[in-house]
Amino acid sequence: MSTDLIDVHAPAIDIQGLVKSFGENEVLKGIDLTVNSGEVVCIIGPSGSGKSTLLRSVNLLEDPTDGHILIEGIDVTDEETDIDRVRQRIGMVFQSFNLFPHMTVLGNLTIAQRRVKKRSKDEAERVAQEMLARVGLAEKADAFPSHLSGGQQQRVAIARALCMNPDMMLFDEPTSALDPELVGEVLQVMRTLADEGMTMLVVTHEMGFAREVGSRLIFMDGGHILEQGDPREVLANPQHPRTQDFLSRVL
Amino acid sequence: MALKRRTRGRLYRYSMYALFIAFIVLVAVATDWPKIGKQFFDLEVAAKLFPDIVIVALRNTVLFTLIAFAGGLLLGIVFALMKLSVIAPFRWFATAWIELFRGLPALLTIFAMAFILPIAFGIKPPGGPVGAGLIGLILVASAYMAEVIRAGIQAVPKGQTEASRSLGMSPMKTMFWIVLPQGFRIIIPPLTNEFVLLLKDTSLLFIAGTFIWSKELTSFARDANTMYANATPLIMAALLYLIVTIPLTRFTAWLERRMARQR
Repeated sequence: MSTDLIDVHAPAIDIQGLVKSFGENEVLKGIDLTVNSGEVVCIIGPSGSGKSTLLRSVNLLEDPTDGHILIEGIDVTDEETDIDRVRQRIGMVFQSFNLFPHMTVLGNLTIAQRRVKKRSKDEAERVAQEMLARVGLAEKADAFPSHLSGGQQQRVAIARALCMNPDMMLFDEPTSALDPELVGEVLQVMRTLADEGMTMLVVTHEMGFAREVGSRLIFMDGGHILEQGDPREVLANPQHPRTQDFLSRVL
Repeated sequence: MALKRRTRGRLYRYSMYALFIAFIVLVAVATDWPKIGKQFFDLEVAAKLFPDIVIVALRNTVLFTLIAFAGGLLLGIVFALMKLSVIAPFRWFATAWIELFRGLPALLTIFAMAFILPIAFGIKPPGGPVGAGLIGLILVASAYMAEVIRAGIQAVPKGQTEASRSLGMSPMKTMFWIVLPQGFRIIIPPLTNEFVLLLKDTSLLFIAGTFIWSKELTSFARDANTMYANATPLIMAALLYLIVTIPLTRFTAWLERRMARQR
């Protein structure tokens, strides 16, 4: 199967001329972006700038109108590509957590391992416990999501994605739905992941995280990437007037 | 002297109570109680109905309901999924099916199945005419349940599907493991309601024709009514229906209250 042939030299994510329209409304107007293995790329920008749509296009939650997206050299926009196989290598974390409320934490972490990766129950539970420990929630395996705080739910969501042993992780405003005092614990988990070398693409409003953890910062507005570079550079000395304007309002 | 507003309100309420009680008393006096007792509550006739009214009639009513419910549920899932399908002809077919069987009287569908199946298709369902009638009831149930199930599926937030697909789960696995279990939880109250409706609709199966062993409560009661020239069997059948339906409707109400609290 073509999707089994991973080109180790290919970038983790290679977006070429991505255009996305919702009806008449063109949200992404030709995006080119390459994310190399081990990079932590943060995307900032005003609401409606297309940053979430860009992120959701990477694992095809949004179907691109035009352009190509290559994941480790495999064109996911190609109709022939088995998207379910590629998605196993891309962890996704949502703003609203999206844990499965009818399952325990352990159920959330094992369902895809068992049904997709065909791991045995024991194997899946062993991996799940290991990932729960990584996000500091080893004792919550039997809890239902509704009994957890928002921060704990988001950490479970991260653990759930990690259980599939992804090569990269997408974060769609992972802390935006959290009470301020719960943001830190989620960012800490993400920071640890980054330190361990995980490839990450993060849509965020957390400028501190972008500055300290990000290897690159991207500013989007109006469906374009207007500026990118070293996070400290961009945040301290933005070049594009729109970036300056945006940062002056959020910092 | 004008009455105070509160006094006037009280007087109005009391006169309403008095009118209502007068009406009840009037009906009670006008009723021929001995005759009613003899015609509707004849203990001797009631005793003769046992045990058949329970081990044949009630059993059949419950059995037919379970069969129609299970069949309707399975077909209902199929038509709900077809109605939500990306394939347009599936949607058209499901819509036509649902509109057809919701638009026809259940009695007509049951009656028609008893003839159409054996004559047009050469199918002889087990159970004879009641079996064929039951298939009619399944078709009716599937149409109603398809709409309930579709609503349940659509009530599951889109983020659930997105999370599942992001983990590499296929559309089928996502539907089976993530969406349907949550959708069904949402529609337990309307499905229980549908069960109660079906239980009552099994009384329509008489139109297909019944044998002694395949009588359900209503046809059993009608025949006993004729046999004993006494209406007590109808009352007995009514009581047995209520013994099953009232706990179920109370259960539904309790579930709905509990769900409203959780929200």
